Amino acid sequence: MDHLLTEQQLDIKSAIREFAEKEIAPSVVERDEKSQFPAEIVRKLGELGFMGVNTPEQYGGAGLDCVSYAIVIEELSRIDPSVGVICSVNNSLICYPLQKFGSDFQHKKYLRPLAEGKLLGAFCLTEPGAGSDASALTTTAIKDGGEYVLTGEKAFITNGLMSDTYIIMARTDKTSKTKGISAFIVDADSKGFRRGVNEKKMGIRSSDCCMIILEECRVPAENLLGNEGDGFKVAMTALDSGRIGIAAQAIGLSQGALEAAVKYSKQREQFGQQIAEFQAIQFKLADMQVMTEAARLLNYSAARKKDAGQRFTVEASMAKLLASDIVMKVAMEAVQIHGGNGFLKDFPVERMLRDAKVTEIYEGTSEIQRTIIARQLLTE
Amino acid sequence: MNIYLLLKAVADSEATIRPTTDGKAVNLDGITWVLNPFDEFAVEEALKMRDAAGSGEVVAVSYGGEEVPKVLRNALAMGVDRGIHVKGAATFDALATARALANAVKGQSFDLILCGKSAIDLDNHGVGVMVAELLDLPSVSVVVKIEQKAGKLLCEREVEGGLVVVETPMPCVVCAQKGLNEPRYASLKGIMAAKKKPIDEVEGNAGESQVEVIEIQPKPQRQAGQILGQGVDAIPALIQKLREEAKVL
Ligand SMILES: Cc1cc2nc3c(=O)[nH]c(=O)nc-3n(C[C@H](O)[C@H](O)[C@H](O)COP(=O)(O)OP(=O)(O)OC[C@H]3O[C@@H](n4cnc5c(N)ncnc54)[C@H](O)[C@@H]3O)c2cc1C
Repeated sequence: MDHLLTEQQLDIKSAIREFAEKEIAPSVVERDEKSQFPAEIVRKLGELGFMGVNTPEQYGGAGLDCVSYAIVIEELSRIDPSVGVICSVNNSLICYPLQKFGSDFQHKKYLRPLAEGKLLGAFCLTEPGAGSDASALTTTAIKDGGEYVLTGEKAFITNGLMSDTYIIMARTDKTSKTKGISAFIVDADSKGFRRGVNEKKMGIRSSDCCMIILEECRVPAENLLGNEGDGFKVAMTALDSGRIGIAAQAIGLSQGALEAAVKYSKQREQFGQQIAEFQAIQFKLADMQVMTEAARLLNYSAARKKDAGQRFTVEASMAKLLASDIVMKVAMEAVQIHGGNGFLKDFPVERMLRDAKVTEIYEGTSEIQRTIIARQLLTE
Repeated sequence: MNIYLLLKAVADSEATIRPTTDGKAVNLDGITWVLNPFDEFAVEEALKMRDAAGSGEVVAVSYGGEEVPKVLRNALAMGVDRGIHVKGAATFDALATARALANAVKGQSFDLILCGKSAIDLDNHGVGVMVAELLDLPSVSVVVKIEQKAGKLLCEREVEGGLVVVETPMPCVVCAQKGLNEPRYASLKGIMAAKKKPIDEVEGNAGESQVEVIEIQPKPQRQAGQILGQGVDAIPALIQKLREEAKVL
């Protein structure tokens, strides 16, 4: 199905598919098993322009539309959702807010190398005591002359071990919950900046995730992103665009699981015929296809709204909610269609099911997405 | 350095090839077209030579129907300067294809024509050397290394069991083999730039095809494997099968 994509979007799709199949697929199993970060792959993605897909050309990005971005993350995740999330975080949670809120100085010093893939970025909102309730964060930033002094702990930080540049949300005012939060750009080599150990995860094990510990970490005032008090807005803006990325990750993974299931069902024979000839299997495959396509269209619709310059918060939430829901179902059925083999690491669907789960959790759990959607319905 | 590339759109190697109902052609429904993998080496080499020379242009020429523009755009996205779509129906006759291509590049000014040593679909290994004959140019095939030396080319070509180094004057035709280089991927900037590069269309003059397709048959289904036993004990049974059924011993 071509989803009325433009010629250029179709060209991008085949280019990134070729890259993913040739450069990413061969090492998926090993990287998953060893929890190994795909450093070389990420470097190549950067050179080809995939780390700053939507960032305007004047800032070093490719300046493409958001549908193209969704296509890129889908195709990466069809092969390896770990690479998908690494790329999505840099694009959506780092480059996008830097572009929107950054000063000229920040555009030059940070956005350009991040969009060109010369630096890697991580987004630090969650804390041990502040997950879904992100505005309860307690990391503090206290102004001291020309610097801010940051103290606190950030948890679950994707790209945490490998990044050069961190966007960190911290509290500059204790008297106001959301309005008391500010966003800072922090270099990994800042004094007082420390990384925890790589978390041992169920899935997307080739992407890293760790705590970030700030012990009187000194950040120059020119690294304040936006104004004091803008931090929550910066984070929510980033997450709006991030959810299109996570939806795309889920959709790409779902596509991969569906293709694996189709392939296996044509190979495996039981009762003297291919299992694909059983209606029970055919109905599963048909449902998997419909679910994947429905989620894809909803996500392209959110992306098109963003491209049109309209508000897309709820659309991105809906797309992320549906996509993460269906990828769980599709990956589960893909394992089922594989029977006992699906339970073994010898087949990719075992990893896919493990990789799928996190899409219902990060960048806002499914419960939080429903809250966002319902809130808008009820206040309209 | 002006280089002409002869490129072919081929069905993606994963595609299932089915005959049409009359059995005389391939059913092209749902086929994904890609640049012939051997041609990718030619593209990469041409771009490297142009960039090393610091001037000149690389022109991609492809003969065929609707399948052509996409793979020409692919070459443009890799860095080729412009494309020429030589229009006509793709044929099983390598000589007809070669005529169409030779007619299209005749009279153009170039130092070198590069192409893949064969196309993965028909595997004729014919077009490159035939174009050279038609244009009365020297040609070197199955090339894994190209070096420029005082206006000539030193080409290493693969032969059974080794390599032969051939010196050829320019202009000439060189057919690329796997190993010549590592083809680059199209970058996002390259894909966007490709939109602005011209693809000229010319009517192909392939002449009469001298190949008649009598029948196209799908590949026979692969037979399931057989496990004869494990370890040393299974060897006698294996030898018997290899001798009596497979007849390879
Ligand atoms: C692999 C991984 C990578 C991550 N990467 C990053 C990153 O790069 N940067 C970053 O900042 N964070 C990151 N996170 C953190 C992630 O965004 C949070 O885990 C997520 O927001 C949920 O927060 P929590 O884990 O504290 O769960 P909690 O908020 O404690 O939620 C527990 C349960 O309660 C439910 N719940 C909570 N509040 C409500 C409510 N109001 N209504 C209904 N149900 C509710 C939740 O839906 C969930 O089911 C990552 C997490 C993981 C697992």
